[in-house]
Amino acid sequence: MTTATGIGARVKRREDVRFLTGTGRYVDDLPLARATYAYFLRSPHAHAKIKGVDLSEAEKMPGVVAIFTGKDLAEAKVGSLICGWVVKDKHGEPHKAPPHPVLAADTVRYVGDPVVMVVANSHDEAKDAAEKIKVDYEVLPANVDLAKALDKGTAQVHAEAPGNLIYDWELGVKADVDAAFAKAAHVTKIDIVNNRLIPNAMEPRAAAAEYDKGTGHYTLWSTSQNPHVLRLILSAFVLGIPEHKLRVIAPDVGGGFGSKIFCYNEETAVCWASSRVGRPIKWTAERSESFMTDAHGRDHVTHAELALDKDGKFLALKVETIANMGAYLSTFSTAVPTYLYATLLAGQYTTPLIYANVKAAVTHTAPVDAYRGAGRPEATFVIESIVSQAAKDLKVDPAELRRKNFIPSTAFPYQTPVALQYDSGNYPPIIDEAMKIADYRGFEARRAEAKSRGKLRGIGFSSYIEACGLAPSQVIGQLGGGVGQWESAQLKFNPTGNVQVITGSHSHGQGHETTFAQIVSDKLGVPLENIEVVHGDTSTTTFGMGTYGSRSLAVGGSAIMKAADKIIAKGKKIAAHLMEASVDDVVFEDGTFKVAGTDKNVPLAQAVFAAYVPHNYPLAEIEPGMDENAFYDPANFVYPAGTQICEVEVDPDTGETQIVNFTAVDDFGNIINPMIVEGQVHGGIAQGVGQALLEHAVYDKETGQLVSGSYMDYTMPRADDVPSFKLGYKVTPCPHNPLGVKGCGEAGAIAAPAAVMNAVRDALAPLGVTHVPMPATPLSVWQLIHGASRAAAE
Amino acid sequence: MYDFAYHRPKSLADAATVLKGKDEARPMAGGMTLIPTLKQRLARPTDVVDLGGVKELAGIKVEGSNLVIGAMTKHVTVATSADVKRMIPALADLAGMIGDPAVRNRGTIGGSVANSDPAADYPAAVLGLNATITTNTGKHAADSFFKGLFETALGEGELITSISFPKPDKAAYMKFRNPASRYAMVGVFVAKTGNTVRVAVTGAGPAAFRVKAMEDALAKNFTSEAIKDIKIPADGLNSDIHGSAEYRAHLVGVMARRAVDAANK
Repeated sequence: MTTATGIGARVKRREDVRFLTGTGRYVDDLPLARATYAYFLRSPHAHAKIKGVDLSEAEKMPGVVAIFTGKDLAEAKVGSLICGWVVKDKHGEPHKAPPHPVLAADTVRYVGDPVVMVVANSHDEAKDAAEKIKVDYEVLPANVDLAKALDKGTAQVHAEAPGNLIYDWELGVKADVDAAFAKAAHVTKIDIVNNRLIPNAMEPRAAAAEYDKGTGHYTLWSTSQNPHVLRLILSAFVLGIPEHKLRVIAPDVGGGFGSKIFCYNEETAVCWASSRVGRPIKWTAERSESFMTDAHGRDHVTHAELALDKDGKFLALKVETIANMGAYLSTFSTAVPTYLYATLLAGQYTTPLIYANVKAAVTHTAPVDAYRGAGRPEATFVIESIVSQAAKDLKVDPAELRRKNFIPSTAFPYQTPVALQYDSGNYPPIIDEAMKIADYRGFEARRAEAKSRGKLRGIGFSSYIEACGLAPSQVIGQLGGGVGQWESAQLKFNPTGNVQVITGSHSHGQGHETTFAQIVSDKLGVPLENIEVVHGDTSTTTFGMGTYGSRSLAVGGSAIMKAADKIIAKGKKIAAHLMEASVDDVVFEDGTFKVAGTDKNVPLAQAVFAAYVPHNYPLAEIEPGMDENAFYDPANFVYPAGTQICEVEVDPDTGETQIVNFTAVDDFGNIINPMIVEGQVHGGIAQGVGQALLEHAVYDKETGQLVSGSYMDYTMPRADDVPSFKLGYKVTPCPHNPLGVKGCGEAGAIAAPAAVMNAVRDALAPLGVTHVPMPATPLSVWQLIHGASRAAAE
Repeated sequence: MYDFAYHRPKSLADAATVLKGKDEARPMAGGMTLIPTLKQRLARPTDVVDLGGVKELAGIKVEGSNLVIGAMTKHVTVATSADVKRMIPALADLAGMIGDPAVRNRGTIGGSVANSDPAADYPAAVLGLNATITTNTGKHAADSFFKGLFETALGEGELITSISFPKPDKAAYMKFRNPASRYAMVGVFVAKTGNTVRVAVTGAGPAAFRVKAMEDALAKNFTSEAIKDIKIPADGLNSDIHGSAEYRAHLVGVMARRAVDAANK
C-alpha cells in the first residue's frame, strides 16, 4: 500500500522536532536528586608502571565523596572488560586475551588509560581533587608504530600477548592462490595504510548510575547503541549484578558510528560505584577525553597483490594485513579485521581464489573497534585501490576492468571464495547509471579545461559490496561471536487503537522513530500519529541486540513485520467472530478486515477495542488483548552494493584537493524512506571523504602522545569540504527478508575513501606519482608533487 | 575552570586600576583565546578584567588618511564597516576571514593583536600596513611590536586602546588555512603605498614577520612575476602535522603571489 506515510514516502523525521528544538533528553540532561559527579584521572603516559598512588591530599579536598583506584576494584572483584568475539588463529587456537581492567592498577598502556576515579559533589570539585593525586609512574618505552608493532625488540604491551600478537589469522588456501599467481599474465601490487580515525559523535559518551538500596536495583543511563548487550556484559561478565537487578537506559543518544556499541571503563565504574557511594553518580566525557578514549577506527597496514590473466580477468587476490587493536581488546575488536574484513575481499568480482592473512597487534594506543562500516571500508579500500591500480598498470579503462570482472546477475545466489554467499545483486546497471550521472564520457574534456587553469583533475571509481544486517545467529556463533544476532519487536496496541512499536534496536540518529512507524502504518493502516516507536530501555523493551552494522531495518524492521503478521492473524479471528464469518474468508486490506464479496468490514481499531473489552469476543478460542511479540533471526546477511565516482581537482601550488563531483548509485533493496536514506548516504560519504582527505589520528611515535587530540589538529569534514552529492538507486530486493531491504547506514563511508583516493591518484598520475598515502592532506599531496617535480628535474 | 575574581570596569582608567599591582590578573577582550584556555585549566588568573564594558575602546574612526580602530572593535564590525571597505578593503576582507561567525561576533582586534598568536590574521595586517598601536601609556610602531610567540612589546598592565592603519594604494591578504583549525597556516598581507611595498607573513613563523626580499622586488615591479623566484628559507618556521617548515616556506611564496595578483585586480 503506498500512502503519504507508508513505505516509500518521504516522511520528515518525526524525532527531529525534539532534536531541533532542544527538547531531546540525553544522559547528561538527567536531573538526579543528590547526584555526585565522577572524574577520571588518566594516564599522561603511553606506557608506564604505576609505582604508587598517593590519595592523601586529594581525600581532604572539599566536596570529595569517594575515591577509587584499580586496587579497590580488584579487591571488590570487579572483572575485566571483555572481548565478545573469539577469533581462532590459523592453528585453531583462540586469540590472546589480555585483561582489560576498569581502572589500571599496575601498568598504564595508553595516554588516557583511566587510573583513579574521583567522586565529588560537583564536577569541578572532583577535578580539583584529582589534581592533588600523586601517581608515581615509571615511564617505559612505548609501542606506537603499527608497522613495527610485531617486530622483535618492540616494547611489549601485555605479557599475555608475546610479541604483541593477538592472533595470526588466515582465510583461504595460500598454496592455491600462489599457484594461480604463478600462472598470471600480470600481477599488481600495492602497499596501503588505512588511517586511524576518531569517531567524534556529536554527543560525548556519558553515564549516570543510581542504586536503590531498598530493592537492590541498579539503573544505568548510558550513551549506548545496544543497552541490552551492555547490561548482559556488565551482569554476566564484569560486575556480577543479576540481569534482573540492572536496568540500562540509553535515552536520546547523539550519534555513535559504532563507538557507542562497546562496554567502556567509565560506565562500568560509575555503575559499580553507585552502590558504594549511595548517591547517584554522573559522568560525561569532556571532548578531549572522547578523542583519547572513544574506541578508534580502522588502522591497518596492508600489502596486497592481484593476479590477472592476459584478458584482464582476476585470477587471485592475496592480502596481508596488520590490524591495530590498540592497548586493550575492545568489545568486538577481534572480529572487525577478520570476519568483517577478509570475508568481503571478493567485492563485486568473480575472483576465484583469495587468501588473506591478518595479524592483530596490540600497541600503546587507544583501543580500536568497529567504526561506521567496520572492516568493510578497509576491505573496499584494498580491493578498489588495487583494481584501479591494475587498470592503470594495464592501461585499460577502470570501469571496463570492473565490468569485465563483475559477478553476473545470473550467478546469484553467489558463493564467494571467502565464506559469504551473496543473496542478490545486479552490478553492471549500477556502474552504468553512475557513469551516466557523473558524465564519465565528458571527463577528459573537463580534465583538459582544468589543466588550462593550472589544476590537476582526476576521476576515481569505487564499486563496493557490504555484508550487513548482522546476522544469522548460528553463523555468528560458528565464527566465534558471543551473542545472538536476531532482533525483537513488540506491537503493543492500546484499547483506543494507537500502538507502541517496541524495538530491540536503538536509534541514535538513524531515524527509526520515523522509518519503523512507516512500516507499521503501511502494513496495518494505522495513521502515523497513532504510532509511537519505543526503544532504548531494558525495562520497557524486549531483549534486543541494538543498532550497528546497518542491521536495524533489515533485522529489526523484519521483526516488526513478523509481529504485525501476528496482529493481523489475531485480528482476523476477532473480526471473523464480529462479522460472523469464517476466518478463512477474512482478508485484511487498508487497515480493515473484510469478508470478500460482501460489504462486511471491521477496522483494525475496532478489533483492537474488542480485544481489550471482550464482551463480544471468542474468549474460548483466543486470549484478550492485542500485544504481539516477535523475534527475527535472518537467514543470511544482506548485501547492499553500489558504485561511487569521485572527481577531484588538485591545486599543484598548495597540494589542496577539492572534490568537484561526487556520484553514488546504490542498491539498498527496497527503500522505506528515501529522504532518510539520502541523509544516511550523505553523512556516510562525508565521513568517507573525511578519511580520504582530512581525518587522521596521529600519535607521536616516540612518546605515544595523541597529537591530534582536539579539533585544532583533528580535521573533521565540514560542509564546505564536500560538494552536493549526486545520488541514484537501482533496486534488487533482498530475497530473504519480508521487506526486501538491505541497509544503507554504512555504504557511503565504506565506498568513499577508495573513490576519493583513486581520483587523487588519477589526478597525480601524469606527474609520475604512483603512491598516494591516505589521508591525502595538502601537505602530503604537495610533498608528492614537490618530490615528483624534483625527481623530474634531476 | 578555576575560580577567579571577575571585573567589568566601565572605563579604561578603572580597568588599569583593577589590573594594577595584580601579577596574576588578566585583561580579557573577546575572550576567544582566554576562555578556552581557562576552560582547559591551562591558565589560572586571580582576576579576569573584562574590557567589554569599556565603551571608549570600541568603534572605527577615519582620521585623515588613517583608519583608527578601537581595540574592542569586533571582527564582524571591521568586516562590514563601510569606512574600512572604502579605505582598506583588504582589511575588511581579512576580518571577514577570521574564524567563524561566532568568533567574529566576539573576537576583537585588540585582543588578537595583543595576544600575538602565531596563527592569528590581524598581525599580518598590522605589520603589512605599518600600523601604529596606541595604548593607555604610549604608542608602538608595528615593526617593533611583535616580539615572538605570544610575545609583544606591551608592558605590564599596558592595554591597547586603538590601532591606526594608514591607507595604502593597494593591498590584499591571502591565507592558507590549517585544514583542522582553519587558523592561518600561512597568511600573507601585501600592501603598496607610493613606492613602498610591505609583505607581512603570519602563521608561518613564531610571530608575524616581513619578507624584505619580496618587498624590494615588488617595489621595483609590483607583479607576482617579480617574486616568483624568491625562495623563503624554511629555517625557524613552524612545523607540525599539517605543515612542515618547508611547506610553509613554499606557501609563503604562493600566498604572496596570490596576494599581489589580488591587489592588482
